[in-house]
Amino acid sequence: MVQEPAMLTVSGLATAYGESQVLFGMEFAIGAGEVVTLMGRNGMGKTTTVHSIMGIVAPRSGMIRLGAQDIAGLPSHRIARLGLGLVPEGRQIFPNLTVRENLVAAAANRDARPSPWTLPRVFEFFPRLAERQTNMGNQLSGGEQQMLAIGRALMTNPRLLILDEATEGLAPLIRQEIWNCLRRLKEDGQAILVIDKNVGALIALADRHYIVEKGRVVWSGTSAALAGDEALQHRYLGV
Amino acid sequence: MTELLTPFATWRGRIAALVLVLLGLLPLYAPWLDAAGIISQKFALTLMTRVLILAIAAISLNLILGYGGIVSFGHAVYIGLGGYAVGIMAHHGVTNGFLQFPVAIGLSALFALAIGALSLRTRGVYFIMITLAFAQLVYYVGVGLEPYGGDDGLTINRRSDFAGLLPTRGPDKTTAFYVVSFVVLLLVLGLVHRLVNSRFGMALRGAKSNEQRMQALGMPTFRYRLTAFVIAGAICGLAGALLANHTEFISPAMMHWTRSGDLIVMVVLGGMGSLLGPVYGAVAFLLLEEFLPGLLKVVLTWLHDGVAAVLGPGAGALESWLRLAEYWQIALGAILILVVLYARGGIDSLFGRPRHG
Repeated sequence: MVQEPAMLTVSGLATAYGESQVLFGMEFAIGAGEVVTLMGRNGMGKTTTVHSIMGIVAPRSGMIRLGAQDIAGLPSHRIARLGLGLVPEGRQIFPNLTVRENLVAAAANRDARPSPWTLPRVFEFFPRLAERQTNMGNQLSGGEQQMLAIGRALMTNPRLLILDEATEGLAPLIRQEIWNCLRRLKEDGQAILVIDKNVGALIALADRHYIVEKGRVVWSGTSAALAGDEALQHRYLGV
Repeated sequence: MTELLTPFATWRGRIAALVLVLLGLLPLYAPWLDAAGIISQKFALTLMTRVLILAIAAISLNLILGYGGIVSFGHAVYIGLGGYAVGIMAHHGVTNGFLQFPVAIGLSALFALAIGALSLRTRGVYFIMITLAFAQLVYYVGVGLEPYGGDDGLTINRRSDFAGLLPTRGPDKTTAFYVVSFVVLLLVLGLVHRLVNSRFGMALRGAKSNEQRMQALGMPTFRYRLTAFVIAGAICGLAGALLANHTEFISPAMMHWTRSGDLIVMVVLGGMGSLLGPVYGAVAFLLLEEFLPGLLKVVLTWLHDGVAAVLGPGAGALESWLRLAEYWQIALGAILILVVLYARGGIDSLFGRPRHG
């Protein structure tokens, strides 16, 4: 499906919380500059997949390769340093840091990109954050928090940006703003893995999709293929 | 220039500046207080030197407790280590301060590195118990050090000698030592201010609220927390070296676990995670400790006279009333409970919203 060696390859991934296994051989790949989604109902293992990739939970078996390197089981901070930037479910802004500090605390440009994300660039991308830069993290609206979470991840100049529940709990107008900014990131060539419930927006944004059911991928294909198959959407996504 | 003035834009900043100026100028107005019969100059300077030194120790604890969320219940161990380094070297005739102080600070840092490397892998109650256990271990080593006085402690005959720059005897030594302690306090405040607002400090504060998130952003939080733990230990060791010089005496009591508790109380009372909070806490705690019994006696006498005016002899003897003042610590406890319940950010939060929550 992906011709060139993928940037991120997940294969045979199995993860369990104690006795209860959640992932049963997850398989997917993301190429450079691609926008890929994980879709599926609640409790199917999307967030667990993300947590396994990020080293927040240790996978029981399987392979997670970033380029040529197997990162499965590495500590979280090492994985992040290899170029994965996570925008977590629920945003998880540091409440006791200012907006500016949230952005600066973990900033890095480890791949020495020629035009990296910097504080001025993030403020240009999200003017709202510039206005709020001295506010504490817990003094922001949901939309501003999500912008901050995205900005915080961009400041680490990740090779792959991962968004877990990109627009969950946001007002329709704010959602639109988030989708627009993801589109601009895509145009910039940023590879993105995005999880969300809004199928229409995902089809419009992403190149390819993986539908997850009970811990494994049950369908994968392009936006055109997904858009043309309403029975599929109805069966797995309940739309 | 305007940046230098920004702290004065808020009441919180003005009060901080006022407190520091009042502390810094004490040697100038202490003679006036003495002449007015309020308090003897020597007593005021001696008491306040102790306040300054323990404020330095409390600031160091605040770096890990207030900003890092690391509840060390054995922080007084570094006061002991710093103090013993000075005391033992002085006992063997090594009085050069340029040698004593680096040893005191280095020894404390080394211990903090060992204690932190082991204990920072644990969380919550376990962390508290391990830091307490290490502190008690060192405490009992101090008790067992017979050549250096064991439980009774050791008198230091000569203060640290800084190439004669600092009078170590004579009438000026109290004032000179106060000034030195104040300058060290300012330097430590400056250092902690810079640390906390650096990216290192942001990572430390961020890890306090959400360590996993900080790791997922690529920050090795264990290393950051350990570094903060070592810096805090080193600063507290410096406070210990100053305290040994101040009291000209060392004993295991300096690092008794109740001393660690006192430091936590100072930080909580003054305001966790605020730069000046531990200074307010140390001033309030030690002045209450010093003057609360006397204050209670005044109040009790007043109450007794009131009751006696109504009941006559039925009020009982004044002396039995005054005996209640022996329980002044109950009053201190009540004040602490009130602060914890109603002023979450400690004394500092009474002066306005703190910048760092």
